[in-house]
Amino acid sequence: MKNLKLIALVVIPVLFSTSCSNDDAPVNEEEVITTVTTTLVGGGQTITLTSRDFDGDGPNAPVVTVSGNLVAGTTYTGSTTFLNELESPAEDITIEVEEEGADHQVFYQLPSSIGTVTYTDTDANGRPIGLNFTLVAGTSGSTGTLTVTLRHLPNKTASGVSGGDITNAGGNTDAAVTFAVAVN
Amino acid sequence: MRFLSILCFFLVGFFGYAQVTITGVISDENGLPLRDAHVHIANKTTSTNVNGSYVLSGIPKGKQKLYISFIGYYPIAETIEISTDLTINRQLKLDVTKLEDITIQQLSNSKSESNNEQVLKSATIEKFSNQTLGEALKEVSGLSILKTGSTLVKPVINGLHSNRVPIINNNVRLEDQQWGTEHAPNFDINSAGKITVIKGASALQYGGDAIGGIVVIEPEVIKKDTLVGKTILNLASNGMGGSLSSSIQKGNRYGWSWNALGTFKYLGDRETPDYVLSNSGNREQNFSGGFRFAREKYNFNAMYTFYNAQIGIIKASHIGNVNDLYIFINNKQPSVIEPFTYSIDAPKQEVQHHLAKVNYQRWLSENTSIDFQYAFQFNNRLEFDVRRNDENTNKAALDLQLATHTFLADYKTNVGNWRLKSGLNLGYQNNFANPKTGVRPLIPSYEKLDAGLYGIAVYKFDNATSLESGIRYDFSTIEATKYYLKSRWIERGYDTEFSHFIVGDEGNQWLTKPTFDYHNITANIGFRKQFHHEMEWLVNMSLASRNPNPSELFSDGLHHSTGQIELGDLRIEKEQAYKFNTTFKKDWKSFQIQVNPFINRISNFIYLQPIGFETTIRGAFPVWAFKQTEALLTGFDVNTKWSISNHFSHELGMAYVNGQNLSTDEYLIDMPPFVINNKIQYKNESWFNFATELKSEVVFRQNQFPNYNFETNIVVDDALTPVLVDISSPPKGYHLLHFYSEMTFKINKKNSLTTSFSVQNIMNTTYRDYLNRQRFFVDEMGRNIQIQLKFNY
Repeated sequence: MKNLKLIALVVIPVLFSTSCSNDDAPVNEEEVITTVTTTLVGGGQTITLTSRDFDGDGPNAPVVTVSGNLVAGTTYTGSTTFLNELESPAEDITIEVEEEGADHQVFYQLPSSIGTVTYTDTDANGRPIGLNFTLVAGTSGSTGTLTVTLRHLPNKTASGVSGGDITNAGGNTDAAVTFAVAVN
Repeated sequence: MRFLSILCFFLVGFFGYAQVTITGVISDENGLPLRDAHVHIANKTTSTNVNGSYVLSGIPKGKQKLYISFIGYYPIAETIEISTDLTINRQLKLDVTKLEDITIQQLSNSKSESNNEQVLKSATIEKFSNQTLGEALKEVSGLSILKTGSTLVKPVINGLHSNRVPIINNNVRLEDQQWGTEHAPNFDINSAGKITVIKGASALQYGGDAIGGIVVIEPEVIKKDTLVGKTILNLASNGMGGSLSSSIQKGNRYGWSWNALGTFKYLGDRETPDYVLSNSGNREQNFSGGFRFAREKYNFNAMYTFYNAQIGIIKASHIGNVNDLYIFINNKQPSVIEPFTYSIDAPKQEVQHHLAKVNYQRWLSENTSIDFQYAFQFNNRLEFDVRRNDENTNKAALDLQLATHTFLADYKTNVGNWRLKSGLNLGYQNNFANPKTGVRPLIPSYEKLDAGLYGIAVYKFDNATSLESGIRYDFSTIEATKYYLKSRWIERGYDTEFSHFIVGDEGNQWLTKPTFDYHNITANIGFRKQFHHEMEWLVNMSLASRNPNPSELFSDGLHHSTGQIELGDLRIEKEQAYKFNTTFKKDWKSFQIQVNPFINRISNFIYLQPIGFETTIRGAFPVWAFKQTEALLTGFDVNTKWSISNHFSHELGMAYVNGQNLSTDEYLIDMPPFVINNKIQYKNESWFNFATELKSEVVFRQNQFPNYNFETNIVVDDALTPVLVDISSPPKGYHLLHFYSEMTFKINKKNSLTTSFSVQNIMNTTYRDYLNRQRFFVDEMGRNIQIQLKFNY
């Protein structure tokens, strides 16, 4: 009798465990940005800067390509797009950033010898989003880096933020990529 | 201290010249003599003979304490004035409830014979009704706390925590994803009647993996036919909220007894002296209930507890890449300060823990009992993060569902001078990491089976000397189901060693089923010796083994609360600890001291170490990998108690740990700094049981730490510049003062009201603590004024 109870106690949990089968599907990573592309059009030329990372938080570093050099003094019309290329077809996150413009801002950090960036778009509150901008290339022969950062929930009213200064922006970094650039 | 010993010598010398002899007879209510009753006058003790009589000579003259006790009877404690030889006869009254307590105590209450147990009783536990288990345990010297913000608190025993400190709640080992440093024990402090801390792995009946120590929580059990209730209301100024806990208990020696308890907690944002800790509120809704049916030969217990908590994580601690981390560390100001609110946003945790158990105990004879227990636990941990897509804000970023079944059988017997305990346990655990979160889970789904066998023997040479020895065998097997990024699989070097774990190919991921088996033998030997009544010496040596937990084996990815990529390693092996622990206790009349030095040598000690950087599209992140090393922890705890007068008393607690990483010749990270606590207390029973205390808490700066600082490139003045990220330097030491006072008003024979008023951090000191995971981002809580009302009915 006692043995029976004992067996029952052991068997019950085993029954329990077999009844709940696990869903072994891989995680469909929803919020991944794989590709940041900044396009500069001006002087009859299109320069594309791309950073592509297909393994997310995995060990492989993003593959960075820059299609060409800037030409000194040229004014470029710039735009930046964000894609998730793991989805098929690729998910265009730029649309989401634009729709929730008040909660996002793209920052461009580059030395003035490379160029200066001016925002040309605005959110619902009349503050810049940074998806569209103009870049006036700097002096010939300079080299440096252009860092493009997408911030989520920045403090857009903080000092300098609407002018493109990231220092007081706060918020969370959704994307941050660095391109090596040169001016001819 | 010197003053005190001189004083002691003085008193002993003075009274030494005037001594008398006391004789008498101890009998029961019917006048029948009691044999072997314990008689204690001044510092002399004896037992009564067959006729119930005793003789005690060499008693100093003057006011002396008299104490007479006998198992199953109410003890007598009196103060008597002695000037000449005296005859003192006393009758003892039978105490039915006590008799049962004592029998049970002999068989089971001592969890470890040779290791110093430290106990928190309900009076102390009630003080922390509005706080957490961890904060209550800080009252025990040698225990510190590992915090994340101000509400997630884990106990640390002699420098070790999480999986190295199992928590046993009502004889069930708590399985609540305890590997996580920011996962607080899923337990309502209000449901504890008594908490015992054992600083070592000597309590083998609970498992052999308690490398740091073990916390044993027991509910309050009343074995008397009565119905009692208790309601505790707490209000706190910091957090502008409080808690309400109410319990009712029907006690009975035989037949039915039952209990029920409910707790609600509701607190908003905490505040430092200078700013609001935005999103630091928390809530709890807990319930527990159970019943017991007892007969002389057996009893049956069933209980259920439900813990339900929502805990905000300070917004300022959510960081992006290493750039953000650098800025936060250097700014020393939180990035987000919002006005006070009760609402809790992401990031936050929502945790539910269910525990149900049935227990059957049978007495085979007066000295032998057998116990069966089955327990089921279900833990659901939801962690919400700030999501890129606003639509996902209400979707958890981590959803772990852990089901644990355990079956225990224990056999206890007393034969002559031997006390024997043995038993077995079987366990099955299933963790399900919900993939619908849209975020790769930190730990994978897995199944685990455990089986263990133990035997413990205690031999009592006499009342003052006993030897204890135990051995335990555990088998454990774990099978995980995990998707590895192919790039990670190669980076970790698994492609040659672990290719047999691969069961499927899913694009850029491998589906793997890593399986590991563990066989562990653990053992423990110790002895206890009492010299006279004033001195006691305990020695214990134990060998403990802990299997790697799922995060140590499998974690791979970004840990948002710390902004670092954490990598487990399939090659991680079990860690083994050899702990030597000794306690000296000495009691003078009004002064007690307890010293507890220890050495803990841990082989294959598992820890996190920075190994470099990984760049992602979100920027660079430091990478920390789980590594194994040879470690040595040494230290001591000291406690003293001094009854200065009838009203005043003083308590001191000190704790020191030194952690060495022997393989790299560095210190171990996150070791608690040296702490000194002083408490001065005034009590006046005639004034509504008035008690008040002032506590000083001195925490030194931790100067023994490894340098894990790293360099990174961040954009300064629009150009990439290398900077040093100082994640290693501990914060400054600090000194806090706390105040507590209480009074008890008797309403009638059964009902009473206790009111208490307390202030934590009286001086509103600004400080940061080395063992707080959020010390990079925010200060600790400022002053907190609390009011507690406790009704007993």
